[in-house]
Order: sequence, then C-alpha cells, then structure tokens
Amino acid sequence: MATDLLEPRRPPDGPLEPPGDYGGLHNVFRERYLLRLLVKKELQARYQGSFLGLIWSYIQPLVRFLAYYLVIGYVLGLNRGVQNFALHIFAAMVMVHYFTETFSAGTRSIVRNKGLIQKLSMPREMFPVASMLVSAYHTLPQLVILFVAVFITGWDPTLADVAAGLLGFAIMATFGMALALLFSAANVFFRDFSNIVTTIGIFVTWSAPMIYPFDRIRKLAQGHEWVETLYLTNPIANGVLLFQQLFWIPTTDPTPADPTQDPIPLMPDYLLTRGLIVLAACLVILAFSQWVFSRLEGKFAERL
Amino acid sequence: MNESIVVNGVSKRFTMQYHRTLKQITIAAVRRQPLSETFLAVDDVSFTARQGEAIGLMGLNGSGKSTLLKLISGVMRPDGGTVLTRGRIAGLIAAGAGFHPQLTGRDNVFLNAAILGMSEAETKAKFDEIVDFASVGKFLDTPTGQYSSGMSARLGFAVAAFAESDIFLADEVLAVGDQPFKKKCLQRMAEIKAEGRTLFYVSHSPGSVRRMCDRALVLESGRLGFDGPVDDGIAYLKYDASDARPEDDEIGADI
Repeated sequence: MATDLLEPRRPPDGPLEPPGDYGGLHNVFRERYLLRLLVKKELQARYQGSFLGLIWSYIQPLVRFLAYYLVIGYVLGLNRGVQNFALHIFAAMVMVHYFTETFSAGTRSIVRNKGLIQKLSMPREMFPVASMLVSAYHTLPQLVILFVAVFITGWDPTLADVAAGLLGFAIMATFGMALALLFSAANVFFRDFSNIVTTIGIFVTWSAPMIYPFDRIRKLAQGHEWVETLYLTNPIANGVLLFQQLFWIPTTDPTPADPTQDPIPLMPDYLLTRGLIVLAACLVILAFSQWVFSRLEGKFAERL
Repeated sequence: MNESIVVNGVSKRFTMQYHRTLKQITIAAVRRQPLSETFLAVDDVSFTARQGEAIGLMGLNGSGKSTLLKLISGVMRPDGGTVLTRGRIAGLIAAGAGFHPQLTGRDNVFLNAAILGMSEAETKAKFDEIVDFASVGKFLDTPTGQYSSGMSARLGFAVAAFAESDIFLADEVLAVGDQPFKKKCLQRMAEIKAEGRTLFYVSHSPGSVRRMCDRALVLESGRLGFDGPVDDGIAYLKYDASDARPEDDEIGADI
C-alpha cells in the first residue's frame, strides 16, 4: 500500500486560476453532494437534543394556525362573510412561514458557519441556499396538513390553479433566497442585520392577505387605485394570493348555503400575469443580491 | 516548468476595528480620534512555486504566514496583486480543522472531504485510512465539540492529508499533537511530497523544514524577507543560533 502512495501523481493539467473563485449561485447547485451534506447538518443541528424532533414541525404550525383562526375568525369575527376562512389563513401561513424561515435562517447562516468559512474554501452561497432548502423541507409537514384539509373540504382545482400555486411558491423561494443572500453578507459586517430581519418579519405577516381577505384592501382602495397597486407590488402578497388560488379558491362554493357569505371570493385581476412579472422582478433582485454577495464575500474570513 | 502557485505582488490589509457601535463611532468622531486603523498583514509578496516543490514558510508570530496561506487556499482574497493556483488544494490552516462542533467525527470527515472537493465514493474509499491515521477510535461517533484539541487536530490533519489534492498546505501542524503523532505527520508529509504534490509547510522548527523542504520563504512583518535554499533561510532567521535541544529541532516544538 505504502509503495503505491509513493508513486508520483499525474500533475494537474488544468489552468492556473484564482483560488476560491466559484462563480456564484448556479455552481452551488452543481455541488449537489456537498449541498446535501449541509442540509443534513442543518436539520440535525435544529433538532439536536430534541425528543419530539420533526413532530415539532407539525405542532408549531398547528398551534399558530389555531391562534390566528380563533382570534381573528371568532374574536374579531372576520370569518363571517368569508368562505372556508380557515383554509384562507392556513394556505397563506404556509407561504409566509416559508418566506420568513428562509429569510431569517439564511441571514444568520454565514455567521453561524464561521468555523467552516474561516478555514476552508468553498462557494459561500452554499449556506443561505442550504437554509432555503431546509425551510422548504419544513414546509412539507404543513403541506401534508393542507392537502388533508382541502380534500376533506372538497377540492377541484383547474390546471390554471395548479400553475398559480407553483408560481406562488417560486416567487416565495426566489424572493426569500434573494433577501437571505443579501442580508447574510451584510450580517457579517454588522450584526444589526439579523435584528432588522426580525423586524421585517413582523411586518411580513401583516403585508399579505392572511388574516384578512383581499377584498378588504379593494374596499380600502376605493377611489385610490394606487393603494391596491402598491399593495400588489409586494412579492409576498402575490405569492400568498397565488397560493390561495390553488388551495383556497377551488374549495369555495359559488352558491353558498349560508346567504351571509360572499359567493365568489374576490381576487385581484390578472393574478397569473402579475405573478409572472413579479417572479421576473424577484429574479432581478436575486441577481443583484448575488452581485453584492460576491463583492462582500472576499472579506468574510477576516470580518467574522 | 509547470507552475503550481503564482503569487504576484500580493497585499492584504486588515482593519483594526476600535469602534464598532454607533455610540463609539460618535464619541470617536467628536474627539477627533481615527475611526479605524489598518495594517498590512501581507505586503507586496511575490513568488512562484513549481508543481512538486516543497516550500517551508517561516517567520515570527504575526509575520503574516497564516494570512498568506489563507490567500493561497482561497479563504481570503488579496486586496492587491494576484494569486493563481493550479489544481485542487487541501490543507490545514491555523492549526485546527473547520469542524462543526455539533456533528460527529464521522459526519465531519464526510463534510470536510466534500468541501475539499471529494465525492462520496472517494471519501468512502479513503475513510478507513483517515480514521486509522487520526486514531480517534471509539470517539468517531461523538460530536467533535467534545474532542480534545489534539484529537480534533489529528482528525483535521488526517482528512486534509488523505484528500485528493495537488497542493497541500500545512500550517503549524506540529504545534498540537503528541510526539508519536508528530512523527506520523512528518512521515505522511514526506509521502505527499514524494507523490509530487506541491507542499507548503509553515513551521517554526528549522529541523523539520530542513528535512522536508527544498526551499524556504521567510516573512518579516508581512514582507518577503528571504526566498532561497533552506539552510540560508534558517541562518537568515538566526534560528540556528538558538540553543534548541536536538530533539526539538528534529520534531519541531514551537519556539
């Protein structure tokens, strides 16, 4: 064995290159094996020392949902007039939660992995991407709950609804990833950014039609169209509405048995077209974030 | 001649941040104190290493050795000049591996090897050798956070030393670890050198540099003070004049 080791190796025939230059996000997805290990590591770290483990991913959203549903639906009485208000809330919650998880875990990912980043060279975009994938993994239990709920309620989505749902998810993933990338780099220089993210997270919950239906915004905007336009520039609101188009609208009844309820829930016009434009805009923001990230990452090792 | 590492006019400037909070910055501004002070950790260093060359990097503490190594490995980027390398790089920087304390030794080996560019199959093929070399024994499935510093240094060195690479960087590998392990490290580095990989070896021990390297670089407060034959480099540093005991000289205790 020792004798084979002593045989001279074939010298490398590649070109001379600057070390540690990996060329950004698209190369992250090429290193799938490393990405898989990082995701596994994150999952292990999150449930370390936990007895219930992944079951927490079911308990927490259920409790959060119940809190919203009971307070908003019954205490504030918003479920009157809205069909299947529970599904309206839950579908939105899945998306909002996916976004805030990606954003906050992603922002902290670089600082949390400083042990690796200070010693080894790798595409650093790996860490926010891994956070985004971990968050996606955590939405799976919620999707299971959601699917069970819509099947019980009666669900007949069209192909366009399915497209809307996928588009909504794509918007959330892209936008969350873009902000995670940008803020993870900024957080290296000023740890204030993780607090900023928490602050934004508070706002996110209220910026999308989750605990209130979209028609409230339409009513508010009467005579001031710009209010609705402004509201609909928010990628999170678009992602949530598109997701509700798949998981809430197809469960509603055009001729409800309860006459106090609105027959057809109000959705914004041009939902899909706007969704595509928003996705394109999110991709531009992602490209910008990547550009900033690669400017800043050269200083990560010394500033961590 | 096949170049392996080309370092051209490389500088790296660090900021000593005295004032980090808004309050401190405001006070400093009012008192007209400097907001930040910088220094050059690596100052206009140039050299070229051929493939298969074994270079010993020497210098006092704080002379920029580890920073230069980080620039070569790609962990840091130079502020001025260029660093170019050919092929895969593995190594140990600033004594200690990039381990995740919550993961077990086994998982850390796989993660570290993956970062060094090894596939799952490559790692599995080398796994027994790595574990055997590090001799962490029954602690393989214990989180590395509970390892002693010597144990985690051994495992870190073992992963780097058995990873597929064309350039091997070794920073103060002998500073931690006991005598038998130091011997094993030197032996493994001799094998790495014999395989024709480029070896970049940071050490305070003249004996091990003399034994291992064909060329010495000496850094003095970030500048390249000497580049040439090992014996002349050691004479330049005046390490020979020290009254180090012979076995220290041979094995490499920190001076």
